[in-house]
Amino acid sequence: MSTVRTETPAPPMDSQGFARWAWRQLTSMRVALILLFALAVASIPGSILPQRGNNPLLVDEWLAERPTLGPILDSAGFFDVYGAPWFAAVYLLLFISLIGCVLPRVGHHWRAMRGQPPAAPRNLDRMQAFTSQNVPDAPADVIARVETELRRRHWRVRSSDDWISAEKGYLRETGNLVFHLALVLILVAVAAGGLFGWRGNVIVKEGSGFSNTLTQYDAWGGGRLASADSIPPFSFTLDDFAVEFERGEAQRGAPRLFEARVALQSEPQGAVTEEVIQVNYPISIAGAKVFLVGHGYAPTFIVRDAQGEVVFDDEVVFLPQDGNFTSTGVIKVPDSTPQLGFQGIFLPTSALDDVRGPHSIFPDADDPSVFLSAWEGDLGLDSGIPQSIYTLKTDQMEQIGLRALVPGQVWEFPQGEIEFTGWQRWSSFQIAFDPGKEAALIASVLAMAGLMVSLFVRRRRVWVRTRPDDGGSTLVSIAGLSKSEAGDVSDDVRELTRIVTKEEGEGRP
Amino acid sequence: MTTGTSMGLAEASNAAIYATMVTLTIAMVLFAASFASGRRRQTSQVVAQQRAVSAGGADGSDGGVAVLDRPESSESIDPGRRLANVAMSLTWLATGLLTVALVLRGVWAGRVPWGNMYEFSISSAWGVLVVFLALSTRRDLRWLGLFVVAPALLTLGLAVTVLYTEAAQLVPALKSYWLVIHVSAAIICAGAFTVAASSAALSIVQSRREASGRQWVGPLANVPDAERLQTFTSRIIAFAFPLWTFAVIAGAIWAENAWGRYWGWDPKETWAFITWVVYAAYLHARSTAGWRGNRASWIAILGLVTFLINYFGVNIFVNSLHSYAGL
Ligand code: HEM
Repeated sequence: MSTVRTETPAPPMDSQGFARWAWRQLTSMRVALILLFALAVASIPGSILPQRGNNPLLVDEWLAERPTLGPILDSAGFFDVYGAPWFAAVYLLLFISLIGCVLPRVGHHWRAMRGQPPAAPRNLDRMQAFTSQNVPDAPADVIARVETELRRRHWRVRSSDDWISAEKGYLRETGNLVFHLALVLILVAVAAGGLFGWRGNVIVKEGSGFSNTLTQYDAWGGGRLASADSIPPFSFTLDDFAVEFERGEAQRGAPRLFEARVALQSEPQGAVTEEVIQVNYPISIAGAKVFLVGHGYAPTFIVRDAQGEVVFDDEVVFLPQDGNFTSTGVIKVPDSTPQLGFQGIFLPTSALDDVRGPHSIFPDADDPSVFLSAWEGDLGLDSGIPQSIYTLKTDQMEQIGLRALVPGQVWEFPQGEIEFTGWQRWSSFQIAFDPGKEAALIASVLAMAGLMVSLFVRRRRVWVRTRPDDGGSTLVSIAGLSKSEAGDVSDDVRELTRIVTKEEGEGRP
Repeated sequence: MTTGTSMGLAEASNAAIYATMVTLTIAMVLFAASFASGRRRQTSQVVAQQRAVSAGGADGSDGGVAVLDRPESSESIDPGRRLANVAMSLTWLATGLLTVALVLRGVWAGRVPWGNMYEFSISSAWGVLVVFLALSTRRDLRWLGLFVVAPALLTLGLAVTVLYTEAAQLVPALKSYWLVIHVSAAIICAGAFTVAASSAALSIVQSRREASGRQWVGPLANVPDAERLQTFTSRIIAFAFPLWTFAVIAGAIWAENAWGRYWGWDPKETWAFITWVVYAAYLHARSTAGWRGNRASWIAILGLVTFLINYFGVNIFVNSLHSYAGL
């Protein structure tokens, strides 16, 4: 509705003038508004496209399906939006704008708080709220009375013989400044956490152990300034992993309990304590936190070669593919001749249909089985290229056959045999160290407090002017003006009127 | 699992939901009738005078007198007003029924009734109604009734038809007192954002009408003028924005406890952030020349849209850590 539009003057041509012009633009409210929108829009692609930080496998899948579009988006950082240079550019500009906008206001506000309210204007009747009263008292008495009462109510008062100017609600601006500066603090804390922090993921099978060194992690990522020294040297053994699923009709199969019991050793020679790690209930060790983030099955197999020698005897981590824990995994047997490899599907509660093939219908291991595809040939482990333990390279192998097994069953083939002996559970842990998080929390609380003060405190001015009337009485003009957006001063003016007329109680003037 | 009495509780809860919907439907029809029968009591001249008085602020700051009550004239005999009064009472009744439904559902499940999308939805509808009624105790909001009851009813309708789920226990990821803190704040925000968007939309219509200079008899006649609507919108958002900030912080603390990082740009978190930024932009727009009026109102509507995208879009279509909410 408003047609006020600040015309942007053309930028001056000399470099100093141009810099000043650009700075003034950058720190204007309008540009801040545009940058806020830019930030909102820039955040969107990361919520639609899979992101490397959250789901690298999905990113690879996405890229494989779109050979032309994929690489273009990838090179523009669309699979790591929140680390992309263009995203950083938006928020850094916004924060530069913020600092450039807020710092001068800190100085301004500082002076305003120590100074006095401006003198009362000559004409009060054009103010937002205005009233005038005729009172029998002398002007000096009215002024004195109003001044005392306003000071008692914590107004900042400036007075002369025939007027009073008072202001209240400076806290609003203080709150606003605290809020904006706290936002900068949050950014700094997040950045510090990103630079010095680290996070690792590890899968631990029941009965196995983990000790906190870099090499033991399945995945580890740290900030540029994270050092291995900040990794506390603890270790733990996963004694037991308890899990329960809903068996009733409603939400059948939904998880009800995950609980990892671990024997924890905080230091290499320290005492062993029993700890329980649950979802939502991590444990803390020396600044790092250990979280339970997932679990799955590790079926156990024994493989014998044609001579009957045991060439493999281990539990193998299978990765869940759906909510019912249909899990896939790979067994590699490099020690037999020829080398053997198996691709497997583990079903905790087996079902088979034409459409979906073998799949699980319940997440708990009520009726487990594995479907195996056996291969012989060269596993390709000597090529020097690191291989994933979850995929089998079959380009130099030949398929032997397919078979379904239940626990205890043996599948014999010309090159040997494989026995499916049973299963175990594994759980995955995330171990995280973020030195910035306390500061981020404090800054957030500060931001919220500042925000609330700045939104709920009303800043307003009131004035009183006296003029002797002909009949010996005094004509008092009373006015108020809200300095905050959508503010209302009629209550203050009413209150002042009561003071001026010495009226008691809540009676309306 | 479920015993006889608990089955009774579930049925009672569902019955209370249907009773709520019936009551709300009648309230909506009455609000609509009252809305359509509105007649302008003020002449446009009076409005123009009020404008002139309120526009006189010094310092270039806004001087809108922000009292939203319309002057009481001979309105009590207006039949449209009487319909709206009945509709208000029915809205109170419906909100009471919905409260009962939520409590029964919670007792049945043995936990807070915020375990899946069905429950979130009926809670959000409750939030919309509660925010509206709470505000209506302080000012006359009969003109807004239609635009609050309709979205609440729509949400309930979606909940019982598409999203219905039997009550069950919580998945472990939701077993945390942060659930209570985080979700209750979000539900009140849902209510406040909805009310704000409704009044923002009305303010846009109203300001178009005012700009056209046409005298209006009919719908909108009982609605406050655009500037008051804008003030009303901004006050609600001034209340809801800190609460949303709190909800996001609480969510971050919870995420830190559950997943080991307080912020991971999961789609749900990303959209919570987008909503936050849009409302921050709204508050900025309200103090930026040329943006205070309709543009700010559009931003308030956009804010609700991002909130809804987060709720429906992310829960249903996106693979997110938060997708455990159970459809
Ligand atoms: C991270 C970016 C920013 C966010 C999230 C943000 C958020 C907010 C919010 C929520 C308010 C309303 C609360 C209040 O009135 O105190 C506000 C007010 C304000 N912001 Fe920002 N802001 C940001 C950046 C900036 C920048 C870059 C500027 C300067 C160009 C700025 C200048 C102001 C001013 C002057 C107000 C006071 C308006 C008034 O008194 O009504 N802000 N900001």
